Amino acid sequence: MDYTIKIGGEAGQGIQTIGDTLARVFSRTGCYVFSHQDYESRIRGGHNFYQIRLSDKPLSASKDSVDIIVALDRDSVTHHERELKEHGRIIYDSSALRLKYDKPSFLDIPFADLAVQSGGDRIMVNTAATGAVLGMLGMELSHFLDIIGETFRKKGDEVVLANKNVALAGYEHAVKNCTRCSFSVIAGAASKPKMLIGGVEAIGLGAVASGCKFYSAYPMTPSTGIMNYLAAKEKEYGIVVEQAEDEIAAINMTVGASFAGVRSMTGTSGGGFALMVEGLSLAAMTETPVVIAVGQRPGPATGFPTRTEQGELQFLISAGHGEFPRIIFAPGTPRQAFSLTNRAFDLAEKYQIPVFILFDTYLADSQWTLDGLDASRVLYMDYRLRGDAFKQVADYKRHAFTESGISILGVPGDAEHLVVTDSDEHDEEGHIVEDAATRVKMVQKRLDKKLPLIKREIASPFVYGDHKPAVIITGWGSTYGVMKEAVDELSKSRSIAMLHYSELFPFPHTERFDYVRFLQNAKQTICIENNATGQFSRLMRAETGYAFTTHIHKFDGRPFTVETLVGEINGHLGKL
Amino acid sequence: MVTLENYKGQVPAWCPGCGNFPILKSFKEVMVELGIEPHQFTVVSGIGQAAKLPHYTKCNTFNGLHGRTLPVATGIRLANHEMPVIIVTGDGDCYGEGGNHLMAAMRRNINVKLFVHDNQIYGLTKGQPSPTTGEGMVTKNMPFGVITEQFNPMALAVALDCSFAARGFAGDPDHLKSLMKEAINHKGFSLIDILQPCVTYNKVNTYDWYRQRVYHLESDYDPEDRKAAFSKALEWGKRIPIGVIYRNHRPTFEERLPMIAGKPLVHQAFDLTKIQTAFKGFY
Repeated sequence: MDYTIKIGGEAGQGIQTIGDTLARVFSRTGCYVFSHQDYESRIRGGHNFYQIRLSDKPLSASKDSVDIIVALDRDSVTHHERELKEHGRIIYDSSALRLKYDKPSFLDIPFADLAVQSGGDRIMVNTAATGAVLGMLGMELSHFLDIIGETFRKKGDEVVLANKNVALAGYEHAVKNCTRCSFSVIAGAASKPKMLIGGVEAIGLGAVASGCKFYSAYPMTPSTGIMNYLAAKEKEYGIVVEQAEDEIAAINMTVGASFAGVRSMTGTSGGGFALMVEGLSLAAMTETPVVIAVGQRPGPATGFPTRTEQGELQFLISAGHGEFPRIIFAPGTPRQAFSLTNRAFDLAEKYQIPVFILFDTYLADSQWTLDGLDASRVLYMDYRLRGDAFKQVADYKRHAFTESGISILGVPGDAEHLVVTDSDEHDEEGHIVEDAATRVKMVQKRLDKKLPLIKREIASPFVYGDHKPAVIITGWGSTYGVMKEAVDELSKSRSIAMLHYSELFPFPHTERFDYVRFLQNAKQTICIENNATGQFSRLMRAETGYAFTTHIHKFDGRPFTVETLVGEINGHLGKL
Repeated sequence: MVTLENYKGQVPAWCPGCGNFPILKSFKEVMVELGIEPHQFTVVSGIGQAAKLPHYTKCNTFNGLHGRTLPVATGIRLANHEMPVIIVTGDGDCYGEGGNHLMAAMRRNINVKLFVHDNQIYGLTKGQPSPTTGEGMVTKNMPFGVITEQFNPMALAVALDCSFAARGFAGDPDHLKSLMKEAINHKGFSLIDILQPCVTYNKVNTYDWYRQRVYHLESDYDPEDRKAAFSKALEWGKRIPIGVIYRNHRPTFEERLPMIAGKPLVHQAFDLTKIQTAFKGFY
């Protein structure tokens, strides 16, 4: 079983409501789900879609071919009819589209009339459509009815009941009239409800689990979801979320809160991060831990605000005036987004450095099913000197010279010791200096001594597929899922593996796993990136001297799908 | 007992006769007279001659970037609202580079004390006009004189309903000290614009120039009358009022946040076991 459902329509028609609800019904049934969205930078109108794939086996990417299209506008038909599989169906309401399609693949369902006739309102067309899809798939309605109860509880029993009746009407209409529907949903063996989580929520959840207490940001797609998630958890978990006046303020507030003694984070997109660069350098000079989530979207400038790209890797590596250490993580899945956000907090505090979570719109907006997250694997260690422990220290210098370069962070006000730091070059106490000898020792402390320790924290890239592959596809960040599925597809006829980097900078050691030799032993190596210039392949060459034999670059603002990537790879391999 | 000895810092690198000296002296005396110890508060400063002040005394210090004092101070207050925060900055830093943050801080009413050493010139970069430089002043980079309207921090403060807005003068330290004490004890965002001669680069706004013009606000002046305060804020030229121009009793930003109503964030323990509840939200 491997079905794809696409819901298309104008912004404001409720595509996301239908999509989110269906995805939740599937995950509660125990199915594996992968969903992604494609939307324009507007609140009303235009053409958007939400695509959900469900299976009894784990999923990690979207496919191009579709089984069911829910067409809420005519564009959904014109743009997507060609994506329909042989036995696929398009459901629509001819009264809403003011057009009747006579082809056998079309099924006209009067969503609006069904809503009104079953005691509901015209605005419940989406409930009718969701019910109809479940009817076509031969699924039970119970999970959907539960979700209706949860969603509309606050609106009162009448609204709940009306929506339930409309759902049933849509469902029964589809069961009765979709005579050519041959779909049959089977859940996984155990059929236990699964966790359904998107990339930005996973970053937010990772922050909560890491004891993040302060988050400041300026709204910008695709990072706003982190702020929204944390704001919803503010009271329960004691987190202050502050919308700053601009990104410059956001990072400076984050630095201030961290200096005062709490774990702090900010998030933005490429354009907003451009404003934060000065503050990044401040965090580095004052050795104040900060976690920064940067969500990539196509640039330059405003670019494609709601679309995806992997264009900020080189920017993050070199951002900030002056020389200082930093860590860059690029999760490929919501599970990695959760665990790498957790590690980002741990390492930022441990080494008193800025740590980045580099994601993109595609990862932010795609939802995956997980069998669960394990709280016992969450790292939490308080590296700071607080309360009585701080009082008992005989002598305290904020930037004391030490063997490791790490000088312990004291919480200002907790003891009589003063905590002093400066964006100017400073002495061990934190006071402004001009002398060359102190400067040299401070650079050694901040950079030379810490860097080897930081490098040791970076994990090796992940290998999937053949262990002695003739072909290796390599990528980083959000292409994880689609590369994995491409390997599954291609390994039926070829010796192929994927090499995926989620811990990018400092570039991983080759001591534990010599990935350079691994690449050299393959006949063909393809570096796959969602950008125009191959930023990762340049990094690989700069750090190791290794040059990939082939590159696949996609920079149209859209993510790779399994079929297109497999096609591209086959195209290159065919030329051999 | 805290004494001036506790507030002894590095030897200042300011020009002899600089208006920063009496401000520094007033600052130290105020802290001693209020019985506040150096570790009990934090000074945030930016970049400029004024911003070096915390190094010349003793206190928890975050000497950050040019123009960015207010967001850093806001972050500190939100993490620990029991920690008094004083910002020491200049006219270029706060009114020029950091203008957006100034407006936001006044609107938030974050309870920090902002002392702006306003010498109406850039000293550290050697004599360029600042937002408060008077029209017509000739500088190296403005050979035909400044043609931009002079910035009026008091009028901005009244317009944005700033909780406490006062003007002091470095040449009248007793009066300045009383303003500093009032600002520190006021509950809410407090701005003191401190007129401060720059003996090296500002040959117009000298000690004498200020002495001929400044006067203490009349005893019957009511700083809580916003319309009267706006008129007073516009007074500049032949006569310059010093004292509390405007004051209100708006609730502070900190006291409106339910998350920190119990105790400061920094003293709230983290309980990892509660994460299970957040996990459940995704099923």
